[in-house]
Amino acid sequence: MAESHPEPNYMAIWFWLALLTVLEIWVAQMGIPKALMISGLIGLAVAKAALVALYFMHLKFERRTLGLIALTPPILLILLTFAVYPDALGAALDRITNPKQPAAAAAAH
Amino acid sequence: MSHAAAAGHAIGVEPTESPLTPESWGKLGMWIFLAGDAMSFGGLLAGYAALRFGDPAWPVPSTILGIGLTAVMTFILICSSVSMVKALSAVRHGDHQRFIMWILVTAFGGAIFLGCQAYEWTHLIDHGLSTATLFGATFFVLTGFHGLHVTSGVIYLLVIAALGSRFDAESNNAVEILGLYWHFVDLVWILIFTFVYLI
Repeated sequence: MAESHPEPNYMAIWFWLALLTVLEIWVAQMGIPKALMISGLIGLAVAKAALVALYFMHLKFERRTLGLIALTPPILLILLTFAVYPDALGAALDRITNPKQPAAAAAAH
Repeated sequence: MSHAAAAGHAIGVEPTESPLTPESWGKLGMWIFLAGDAMSFGGLLAGYAALRFGDPAWPVPSTILGIGLTAVMTFILICSSVSMVKALSAVRHGDHQRFIMWILVTAFGGAIFLGCQAYEWTHLIDHGLSTATLFGATFFVLTGFHGLHVTSGVIYLLVIAALGSRFDAESNNAVEILGLYWHFVDLVWILIFTFVYLI
């Protein structure tokens, strides 16, 4: 068996996950400016996900290449989100320039 | 490198150990499966982001969805991840009874999560939420796809519990692999809770 390191303190990880969850709900309901709220929530979510991945899924103690395999989908997905964003932007612009003429906008395509 | 791996590097012979996860080929397999599954969820989330940002009239989720119940559901899944690592720790220490107990606690947590999800869905459908709107469609697809994973995970947990007698301190890779799947399901929920319910 390849387990040659002390077991992490799982209850401490649980405590941090619970605390970060409470923080997330607090940030969501505080009524702070939207951009700040969104970046705060994303940061908290990433922190929670990292705790689960590194300690519960044991990535902190695995070979580095396995960590690279695990990190690849999030990176690709961030690229994907930016890649589809122009479509989202275009749809938003369509709605602004043709607000009450959905039939006309559809016919124009 | 172990003798087995060194011998395996003769030409034409497969290595007997997985290069990244020497204890178990299955562990590498599960990681690769999870990477693909992450792409599936991520594709759905990226599509959701594009649709939502493209629509200034998108409803504020907290006005339709119940944040309180979902926060409890999030907490339950986090606790079930803890019981999962406790189950793995128990089998590694040869404590068979605790191993089975913690597996069943984990499955129970998953079942409670699904019960809450079913209650939430029923409540929302009764109040008129359906896939006719983009808000409803994205909500049901995202949470439904995740719920399918939780259901599969609960079945997977019960199967491992039923096969419990074949795992002990020396041979428990299958339990670790099960844990990877379960923690992944928890991790995805952390992201769905943030992006669909809170933001």
